[in-house]
Amino acid sequence: MSHPLKDREDLPPLTRSWVQSLQAVKLNWVVIGVGGILLLAITERFARIPTTDLASSGTWSIALGWSIPILMAGLGGMFSERSGVVNIGLEGLLVLGTWFGAWGTLVTGSPWIGMVYAAVAGALGGLLMAVVTVSFGVDHIIAGTAILVMAPGLTRYLSDLIFPRYGGSITQSPTVVGVSTFDVPFLAGGSIFGWESPDLLGALERSDIFLIGEVGGILRGFVFQMSWLTLLGILVVPGAAYLLWRTRFGLRLRSCGEDPDAADSLGVNVYKYKYYGVVISGVLAGFGGGFLSVQLSGLYKEAQTGGKGFIGLATMIFGNWRPTGTASGALLFGFTETLRLRDPNAPHALLLFVAIVLGIFMIRSIRRRHWISAVGMAVVGGLVAAVYFTTDRVPNQLPQITPYIAVLVVLLFATRRLRMPAADGRIWIKGSS
Amino acid sequence: MTKHRLLVLAPPLAALVLAFLVSLIVLAISGADPIEAFGNVAEYGSRLNTLVETINWATPLYLSGVAVAIGFRMNLFNIGVEGQYIIGAFFAAQVGSIIELPPVLHVVAILLTAMLGGAVWAGLAGLMKVTRNVHEVISTIMLNGIAVGGVVSYLLGVWDVPDPGLDTALGAIPESGWFPSLSPLLGLDTRSELWGFVLVAVVVGFVYHYFVGRTRWGYDLRASGANATAAEASGVDPKRTIVMAMVLSGLVAGLVGLPELLGDSHFYSLRFTQGLGFAGIAVALLGRNHAGGIAIAALLFGWLSRASGILEVRGDAPREIVAIIQGVIILSVVVAYSIAERYRRVEAARAAAAVVGEER
Repeated sequence: MSHPLKDREDLPPLTRSWVQSLQAVKLNWVVIGVGGILLLAITERFARIPTTDLASSGTWSIALGWSIPILMAGLGGMFSERSGVVNIGLEGLLVLGTWFGAWGTLVTGSPWIGMVYAAVAGALGGLLMAVVTVSFGVDHIIAGTAILVMAPGLTRYLSDLIFPRYGGSITQSPTVVGVSTFDVPFLAGGSIFGWESPDLLGALERSDIFLIGEVGGILRGFVFQMSWLTLLGILVVPGAAYLLWRTRFGLRLRSCGEDPDAADSLGVNVYKYKYYGVVISGVLAGFGGGFLSVQLSGLYKEAQTGGKGFIGLATMIFGNWRPTGTASGALLFGFTETLRLRDPNAPHALLLFVAIVLGIFMIRSIRRRHWISAVGMAVVGGLVAAVYFTTDRVPNQLPQITPYIAVLVVLLFATRRLRMPAADGRIWIKGSS
Repeated sequence: MTKHRLLVLAPPLAALVLAFLVSLIVLAISGADPIEAFGNVAEYGSRLNTLVETINWATPLYLSGVAVAIGFRMNLFNIGVEGQYIIGAFFAAQVGSIIELPPVLHVVAILLTAMLGGAVWAGLAGLMKVTRNVHEVISTIMLNGIAVGGVVSYLLGVWDVPDPGLDTALGAIPESGWFPSLSPLLGLDTRSELWGFVLVAVVVGFVYHYFVGRTRWGYDLRASGANATAAEASGVDPKRTIVMAMVLSGLVAGLVGLPELLGDSHFYSLRFTQGLGFAGIAVALLGRNHAGGIAIAALLFGWLSRASGILEVRGDAPREIVAIIQGVIILSVVVAYSIAERYRRVEAARAAAAVVGEER
């Protein structure tokens, strides 16, 4: 007898083949990607207040780095919620990662081992969460809150105990050095054994031709001054997609988040898979925290996560509990955060971008006769456009709160497109239903 | 009956014992002599000044706990007390520093502003839930981010008045808007004054107890929390109850920042105490949403954070040990309640089975 959770051969497969899904993904994302870059090019060239950095490789390279902690928190949340456990303690797990990453790097001298420390600390935080929520059946939100309260207290305690010895203080560690960076040969002019390869994307970027210059700049941002850790973080996206949607492990884990009773009746060890989901979530969030302190900041500093765990949670919802969606959300929010720091005029120009995007969504909603969505998009888009045309600068705080607003707008006006795991947040006890 | 009472009291006691053991271990790791450290804390913690500070700290914790508990009573999770009290305190400070009114009226105006601010911010989450089915945990997390990182931060930049501490701050509230200290009245001669706002907290506690336990609205609230479908069948409008619960929770949440604002700082700055909203969740859990229970939990947390100051002074351990202990208390108390609940269910099932067996 075949395994109950395996596709039966006499039925059409429930999932698309590799090639089919690749084709579908390609078409969808190429359209969105090119459309987005086109809009960005239009925004930059026609902005009322001149801005230059929207599509430069420098901006996108930094944006990529800053989106990694958000991405890791978001993917971590996804693993946890796909197994049915809501994890609002992500921010706390991220905090654990920042501290243990910096400490590990400090004591071992190796950022790589430091990142292992960060991931293990996150995993232990996740394990605690799993024991409390899965084994003891405590409400997920309450357990998450406890981790949110405890993690900063623990790291502050440990900082006071340990960092002064190394020349740090109760609020920050001494500086640490992250892993090295590289330029990809041919695409970004990286060198191979001392020979300098041509910088093809750089040439495109410098050409400054409409659209082509922007495409070159943005793509080059992904391939130059790239750290090995960033690459590792990016690889988690396809890795997570493969693990959750292409393996037996993933199918079982997701079944626990959709219908634990059914999964249980088919012989899946629901507790075990929920443990996997929450612990993986901790590993990823810990890695994200370590990346933030070791690679991006070069030191641990109190409150340096600044809500990135919550923003990760937001990107997960924004991305509909899927890896590619979460990744695009993380990149988007990393981008707005970077712009704020690089060019004070850029956020104002982005208002035009947002207004146009909302306009497109409004037209789509009208064509699909989703009237509430259409009205919502029209009102918000109109407001954004009004601000764009009547002011010269936006408050510095706007990019920072964009993720929160974006998620509320999406939840308010596009709920039809979002589908969370059906049994997400349910306290499941074997044999009690 | 005695068995029932034991089941109610055992979890918090177990949590306290566990927290005690954990703090022994943490103290030992820090290189302190645990027994001596506990002696220091007990001695310092029983001084009159420490007790006064304990009450001052417990006041905002209590208000925050009640705000969270109002939501809990109808199965709503108001994670947003954090943002609601920051919004409330911020606008209260601004209004309080601008308007000119005689003493009592001035304070009343500030109270109403703070409550209104909290209620609006919480009400938004309630409206999003009933109109578009947005879960209140998500909406209040996002509203927290918008309140602290957006609204307050932006307006503080616009309205700021440089204060002596090189910090952006709002203008100070004139003396007519201060909440009087209770120290002269009670003849207390301690270094820290006893903030009069504790009286407001006591009133809020009684109103909460009476409102939830004795009024029709309170009944609707509890009924919807216990069984939404049954409550709706008996004529309770679920949407109205949800919005009402969020607004009530926000009204109380708005007050959380005021003990500090009206009793001590008298202006709002970037250094204003944060994190009271999350602490309130812990206090409400520990106090089982009961007006008296929350008070005990708030006093306990207040005492822990004040009495632990001596650990740092004597060089025994960093005072952050308290955050760890509080976390252990929350986790172990919820786990213990969960175990007790399962035990109770098993017992009930066994009793029922016994009755059925007798009838046969």
